[in-house]
Amino acid sequence: MENLHLEGSAKTPSIHFDAVAGKLELKGRSIPENSVEFYKPLNDWIDAYGKSPVGETIVDVKLEYFNTSSSKCILDLFKKLETISGERTKVSVNWYFEEDDEDMEEAGQDYQAIIGLPFNIIEVEEI
Amino acid sequence: MIKNDIYELYLTMERENILLSFKGVVTSDLLTSVLSIMESKMDYMEESPKTKKKVFNVLVECLQNLYHHIDVTDQSERNLELIESKSALFMISKKDDHFMIQTGNYIDAASAAELKSRLDLINGMDKDELKKYYQDTLNNGAMSEKGTAGLGMIDIARKSGNKLEYQFLPINDVNSFFCLNIKID
Repeated sequence: MENLHLEGSAKTPSIHFDAVAGKLELKGRSIPENSVEFYKPLNDWIDAYGKSPVGETIVDVKLEYFNTSSSKCILDLFKKLETISGERTKVSVNWYFEEDDEDMEEAGQDYQAIIGLPFNIIEVEEI
Repeated sequence: MIKNDIYELYLTMERENILLSFKGVVTSDLLTSVLSIMESKMDYMEESPKTKKKVFNVLVECLQNLYHHIDVTDQSERNLELIESKSALFMISKKDDHFMIQTGNYIDAASAAELKSRLDLINGMDKDELKKYYQDTLNNGAMSEKGTAGLGMIDIARKSGNKLEYQFLPINDVNSFFCLNIKID
């Protein structure tokens, strides 16, 4: 299947979903007024990928900012990943935050509390 | 007189240290510009990255609340009176050691009552209760057609670290003017 690559913009993150490597990366900022439209193709891609995934799927979330409209869409994306995780692929999430950014660290903890996937919260110097 | 009025406004803005203010209809393009202006302004300020991020985050939520509130869906109703009622005011200022974001917009009575009870509920919560409430709403709340999830005010309260100061000024039988002051530590 085709990989999904989207350039980042002032209000949307860059997307690099690689079906062969099993690597899904969201990076930058996600602050559109209505996020549903932006996240729909991402969810569709995961649906298609879930039909023939590689053995290990790693999701890297490297967000600088995200709004509450995106937070719901990000949760739905994680829930979709939860459904494809099983015998055929082991899905794990790496949630990155910049040092001292407690808000982004807490946001990771919010998802960690809700989502039943291995969820690593990782502090880095710069995203 | 006009000259004096403008000078008065200028002095007020100078005294209050207003970094940016706008009155009018809040559109998506306007938000893109305002956020970009605020980002470059803060680049020149000696603030910690942590503070900058907080201010930016809270600003995004406050402005998008205005945007969704005044979202005009019915094109046929684009008359002057309506545009006025869809207008909003916002100001971002820095006083002493903290940032302030202030917004003002018209709101109908039914929405005002609902909003007031939500704000009171949020203001009655401590940090941990807010975290729990946010997680519950995130997990159980439904997404509206506008792409809002009822999380905005909870997020503003969590990130600002302060109570949401508000006032509803009665204007007439149907409308109030809603003022929101957010202090960011």
